[in-house]
Amino acid sequence: MSHHIIEFRDVLFRYPDGTEALKGINFRITHGESVGIVGANGAGKSTLLLHLNGCLLPAAGTVTIGDLTLAAETRRQLRRKVGVVFQNPDDQLFMPTVFEDVAFGPLNIGLNDRQVRERVHWALGMVGCLDLWDKPPHHLSAGQKSAVAIAAVMAMEPDILAMDEPAANLDPRSRRSLIGLLKTFRHTKLIASHDLDLILDVCERCLVVRDGRVVADGPSAAILSDAPLLEENNLELPLSLHRR
Amino acid sequence: MTFDERYFNIGRLDRLSYGDSFIHRLDPRTKVIATILFLFTVVSFPKYEVVALAPFFLFPILLMTLGGISLRFIALKVLMVSPFAILIGIFNPLFDTQTVTIGFGTSISAGWISFAAILVKFTLTVSTALLLVATTSFPGVCQALRRLGCPAIFVTQLLFLYRYLFVLAEEAMRIVRARDLRCFGRQGRGVKIFARLVGTLLVRSLDRAERIYRAMLSRGFAGDIPRLGGFRLRSADLAFAAAMALFLVTFRFFPLTEEFGRFAQELWR
Repeated sequence: MSHHIIEFRDVLFRYPDGTEALKGINFRITHGESVGIVGANGAGKSTLLLHLNGCLLPAAGTVTIGDLTLAAETRRQLRRKVGVVFQNPDDQLFMPTVFEDVAFGPLNIGLNDRQVRERVHWALGMVGCLDLWDKPPHHLSAGQKSAVAIAAVMAMEPDILAMDEPAANLDPRSRRSLIGLLKTFRHTKLIASHDLDLILDVCERCLVVRDGRVVADGPSAAILSDAPLLEENNLELPLSLHRR
Repeated sequence: MTFDERYFNIGRLDRLSYGDSFIHRLDPRTKVIATILFLFTVVSFPKYEVVALAPFFLFPILLMTLGGISLRFIALKVLMVSPFAILIGIFNPLFDTQTVTIGFGTSISAGWISFAAILVKFTLTVSTALLLVATTSFPGVCQALRRLGCPAIFVTQLLFLYRYLFVLAEEAMRIVRARDLRCFGRQGRGVKIFARLVGTLLVRSLDRAERIYRAMLSRGFAGDIPRLGGFRLRSADLAFAAAMALFLVTFRFFPLTEEFGRFAQELWR
């Protein structure tokens, strides 16, 4: 299948304050691949993810997702294909109850009441949060918020899933169950994280971003065991690869 | 009370709405309409009317008893906002010095009576509004308003106000805590520092607003927050509405309390 391909070609992006966040990003991800994006703080990982569903538009270069090229006119279509889970779940959960929040996307797509209920049940069940459905988000723990934020995106059944630091707020067990969950997704996945063990577990391929450019691209096992490369990028070997 | 404790108290009101009682189960629309009618009726009384307002306390008391909400909780909340009402009415006794007799040979200035009327109206309206939220939940009230034809933009604003009140309070709490940990005694607590804290809070909120909007767009937001169906009017709602209408009309247009008072006076004499 060709429609879940992501391709970035010479993508440049400059923030209004003049910061050049992306300085020519190039990569191509094919259907069903699971790709980790790693790099130091401020390397451009989050900015890159914001291009995936048109929250930001490139100043130069092209972003192609499936058969669509990212532009102001195609943004809405792209948002149905690409689900983005942002870093802070409080920004993502804006509705008064968990149920309504997960239902927000499906309702906007134009599903009817019955379909929406089914989707919400399926999505909340998948992340193991069915019993939270009538709670307001501000009464949830950080781990529960993350899980619900993922359900809210999954309920739209996107073809491609992009996540920014999905495990940042989670305790070890929630993190472990998130990893298990991510492994079950058959989607094309892009995960930006400093949690290199998570990337090693979930992603077979890994991109290293430095200063707005992709400086390494290859199998996770090779890249994440390359200590000099990691150190150049303010990273270190994943704990599971440490030899004691 | 410290800021932290105050913050944890905000959530009390909407925890109450998780309850399950006759009042909680009523259709939110019924409760919203009943409350609005009640407020208008109470406010419509002339400014020197105090006695005729007394029976209206039955409504909040009924909501409280049937809804299982503690009097103390509501009373404290009403007390907390009472300074506003007191400020509005406090000058009445000074400006309105005409004297009136109130029975048993005592007479006071009419201003005191209108001041009392303001306080009574205030207590009635605020406690009823609080009880509406406590038995319906704020989102429930918003949803009912939307269904009753309130404009989408207004309801969306209210929903966000509610959702992010907690996030904002938490943010403020973290900032205040960070300041308190690094200031010793009086140092660092001045107005200048405070002004900067508020500025920081504003900038952070603006940033957050942008991130939230992005998240909304990512999930297909196009101006109106869509809603699932799900309200159903049941016979209990109709019964409640009918009883409410009867109650309001009776006590608004027939001076029953006065009659009762006169009757009591006759007996006493």
